[in-house]
Amino acid sequence: MARAVTQQRKIANTALAWGIGFLIFFPILWTILTSFKTEAQAIADPPIFLGFDWTLANYEAVLERSNYGRFLWNSIVIAGGSTILGILIAVPAAWSMAFVPGKRTKDILLWMLSTKMLPAVGVLYPIYLLCIQFGVLDSKIALVIILMLINLPIIVWMLYTYFREIPGEILEAARMDGASLREEVLYVLTPMAIPGIASTLLLNFILAWNEAFWTLNLTAAKAAPLTAFIASYSSPEGLFYAKLSAASTMAIAPILILGWFSQKQLVSGLTFGAVK
Amino acid sequence: MATQHSRSAARLMMAPAVVLLLGWMLIPLTMTLYFSFKKYLPMRGGDLGWVGFDNYVRFVTSSAFWPSVMTTLIIVGGVLAITVILGILLAILLNQPMWGQGFVRILVIAPFFVMPTVSALVWKNMFMDPNYGLFAHLWEFFGAEPVQWMSQASLTSIIIIVSWQWLPFATLILLTAIQSLDREQLDAAEMDGAPATKRFAYITLPHLGRAITVVILIQTIFLLSIFAEIFVTTGGAFGTKTLTYLIFQRVLESQNIGLGSAGGVYAIILANIVAIFLMRIVGKNLDA
Amino acid sequence: MGQIKLNQVSKSFGDVQVIPPLDLTIEDGEFTVFVGPSGCGKSTLLRLIAGLEDITDGHIEIDGTDATNVPPAKRGLAMVFQSYALYPHMSVRKNIAFPMKMAGLPADEQNRRIEAAAKALNLTDYLDRRPGQLSGGQRQRVAIGRAIVREPSAFLFDEPLSNLDAALRVGMRLEISELHKRLATTMIYVTHDQVEAMTMADKIVVLRAGFIEQVGSPLELYHRPCNEFVAGFIGSPKMNLIKGAEADKRGAPTIGIRPEHIDVSTSAGDWQGKVGVAEHLGSDTFLHVHGVDGCDPMTVRVDGELPVKHGDTIFLTPQAEKLHRFDAQGLRIE
Repeated sequence: MARAVTQQRKIANTALAWGIGFLIFFPILWTILTSFKTEAQAIADPPIFLGFDWTLANYEAVLERSNYGRFLWNSIVIAGGSTILGILIAVPAAWSMAFVPGKRTKDILLWMLSTKMLPAVGVLYPIYLLCIQFGVLDSKIALVIILMLINLPIIVWMLYTYFREIPGEILEAARMDGASLREEVLYVLTPMAIPGIASTLLLNFILAWNEAFWTLNLTAAKAAPLTAFIASYSSPEGLFYAKLSAASTMAIAPILILGWFSQKQLVSGLTFGAVK
Repeated sequence: MATQHSRSAARLMMAPAVVLLLGWMLIPLTMTLYFSFKKYLPMRGGDLGWVGFDNYVRFVTSSAFWPSVMTTLIIVGGVLAITVILGILLAILLNQPMWGQGFVRILVIAPFFVMPTVSALVWKNMFMDPNYGLFAHLWEFFGAEPVQWMSQASLTSIIIIVSWQWLPFATLILLTAIQSLDREQLDAAEMDGAPATKRFAYITLPHLGRAITVVILIQTIFLLSIFAEIFVTTGGAFGTKTLTYLIFQRVLESQNIGLGSAGGVYAIILANIVAIFLMRIVGKNLDA
Repeated sequence: MGQIKLNQVSKSFGDVQVIPPLDLTIEDGEFTVFVGPSGCGKSTLLRLIAGLEDITDGHIEIDGTDATNVPPAKRGLAMVFQSYALYPHMSVRKNIAFPMKMAGLPADEQNRRIEAAAKALNLTDYLDRRPGQLSGGQRQRVAIGRAIVREPSAFLFDEPLSNLDAALRVGMRLEISELHKRLATTMIYVTHDQVEAMTMADKIVVLRAGFIEQVGSPLELYHRPCNEFVAGFIGSPKMNLIKGAEADKRGAPTIGIRPEHIDVSTSAGDWQGKVGVAEHLGSDTFLHVHGVDGCDPMTVRVDGELPVKHGDTIFLTPQAEKLHRFDAQGLRIE
C-alpha cells in the first residue's frame, strides 16, 4: 500500500472517530463531571457541562453515608482472591494441556468451557442452600470460591492460548541442556509466560470485580462488594445525582484504569483464541 | 515432550481443575433437578413431596412464561443487532488512517469495564429520567415531550443500556479481525476492478464472518443471563421480565423452589443449545 | 567418545508404527546424516536418540552403556533445533551459559568456554544481545554455541538450516563441516535436502516410511544405489528411470541413468527426442527432452553451453558402464 491517503480524508476520519469515541465515552465522562457538582447543579436546566463550582462534598457525603472502604476491601479481596486462586489451579492444568496434549485434551477444554455456559440462575437455590449449609452465606470466602469456579474455564483457556504460543522446542532444548522439570518451569517457562499470566490475571480481576449476579444474591451486610454498594442507590432518595455519580466514579475508576491496560489481551482472552 | 514420565505428571497437574469444575457442574445441577420434581416452599411448609413433572408444566403454562421468553428474545436480538451492525461500522472507521487511533480505542472500550449496576443506574437516572435526565433536556430543547423511558419504553431502554455495554466488545473483536485481513487481498480485488462497496461485500465481510459468529455466540451467552441491569432499573416491571429474572423471582421472591428449579432446567437447556454452536466454532479453531 | 548403537529400536504412536524395528550403529567421531522425504521418520529417530520420545521397543546404547531409560539431560548429547529454540528472555551469553549452569560448572570455567565458543562462532560482539535482535544466521550460531560448550559426546542437528536463505545455508553448511573436522565429535544430522547430505556426511542413512533404505558413504549411494528410491533421491538433477522396451533391451525391467551420464549429439544416437525447456546456467546446461520412449521428459546435463533451443531434435546415448539396472521390485541388479 504505497498509495498516499489524502490529507482531507485523514482529517475527516479523525474528526468522525473522535466524535463517536467521545459520544460513547460521554456517559462515563458525564458521571465523573457530575460527581463534582452540587446536587442543585447536577439537575440544573439547561445542564451545566464545565462551568460549575467544583466540589468534593459528594465524595465526603458518600463516604459518610456508607462504609465505602469496607465495600472496596470486599471487592478487592473477592476479585483478587478468586483470580489468584484460579491462576494457581489453572497454571498446572494449562501447562499440561499445552505441552503434553493427549487424545482427550481438546474434549476436556471444550467441556470446561461448557461449564461456563451454565446459567447462574438455574443453580441459584442449590448454591444458596449449600452456602447456608456450610455457614458461608454473606461471606467473602464463598464468593471467592464461586467466582473462581465461574472464571476458571476462562483462566485455563487464556493460559492455554498463551502457553501454546511458546514453542515446545524451547522446553525440549532446556531438557537437553540438563534442566529438570522444576528448573524447566522456573528458568524457561515462567519467564516466557509472565506476560500471558499477567494479562490473564488482569482480565479476570476485571470480570470478577464486575460480576453482579452472585455478588448481589449471596451477600448482605458483611461481604457485599462494590456492585452491591452501588445497587443500594437504586431507590432514589431526594436529590442524589451528584452523590450517585461520586459513588459510581469510586466504584469504576480502579477497574477502568486496569481495563485500559488489558484491552489488547481482551480479544484473544474472551474469544478463547478464536479471534486474534 | 511425550515421554511416559511427563504424561503422568501432566495428568496429575490437570486433576485439580477438572475435579473442581466437575463438582461445580454436577452438584448444583443434581440438586436443581432434584428440587424441580418437588413441591418445595421453604417459607410455607418446606418439602411437600414429589410432584413429578408438575413444576415443569406449571412453569410453562404460567401466564408469565411466554412473555418472559419473548422479552428475553427481544433483548438478546435487539442488543445483538445493534452491537454487531454498529460494531462493524465502528471497526471499519477505526481501521482507517487517522490521528490518535489509540486514544479513540481507549474511549470506545471504556464502557465494557463499567460494572453493570453502575451503568444501569447512571443511564436510568442521569439520562433517562423523565424530569432531570439529559435526554429529557434534549427532547425539550427540540420542543418534544420527554419520554417516560423506564415505563413507556422500558424494553428499548434496557436494550440501549446493554448495547452500550457490549458495543465495545463487538467493536474490539471486529477491529482485531479486520486488522488481520491481508491487505494484498484488497489490493488484488482493486486491481480486478472491484469498487469499495464490492470489496467490502466480497472480501471484508466474508473475512469477518468468523469474528461475527464468535461475537454473536459469546454475547448471547452473557445476554441470556443479564440480571443486574434489570434488577436495578425496572425490577422486572413494565414487561422487562426475562426468563432469568422470572426464575429469580420464583426462587428468591416467592420462594417457590420447585417451580424455580424447573425454570432453571429450562434455562440450562436453552443455554446449552447456544453453547453447542459455540463449541463447534471454538473446537474448529483448536484444530487449526 | 560418542558411539551410538540402536538395537531393534521401534516407535509407535498409538496403533501407528512410525519406526519399524531397526538396527544402526554410529561410530565415534562420524558425521552421520539421516535423509529422506518429509514424514519418513528421520526426526522421530533423532528424538528417540535424544530421549525426547520414549522408545516403544528395543535398546539404545551410548558408548557401550544402555541409555534406553536415561532422561535426555543425562545422555550427554547436545541438540540444535530447527527453530534454534533459543530462550528469548535471556541474552546470548546466558543462552550459551544455560547448560553449564544446569550442570553446575564454576563461573570462571563457564566464562572461559563462552569466550572460546563466541570467538569460534564470531559472536563476541553479540554476547549481550537478546536472540530477537539477531539475524537468522547469528541465531543459528548461538544455538550451535550452546551445544558446543557442553562438550557433549555427540551433537544432534534437526534440520538446522531449513529456516535460512539459500546463500546463508551454503555458508553455515561449511561452518558445521569445519566444526566437525575441528572437534572430531560424533554428529547426527537430519535433513530432507540431499545436497546437504552429500556434501557433509561421512555416512548417509536414507529413510523412507521409517525403514532404512540404505546406509553408506555419499559416493557409495551415488554410484551404487541399492534400489530405485535411493537412486531417485540421491543426486541432482534426479536420475532418469526408464521402463519398457528400451529397458528390456538392456536386460532389466527398469534402468536408470543420471543426467550427467548421457552423451548428446545433434546427428545420431540411441534415443531421439525434442528439446523442451533448456536451462542455461553458464557452467552447464540442463535439457528437458521429450519423446524418448519410456521416460518423458528425460533430463540431460551438458557441460558448458550447447546451442540448442526449444523444439530442436536431439539424439541421446547413455554411457553403458554408468547404467543402473533394477528388477521388478525396484531392487538393484548387479
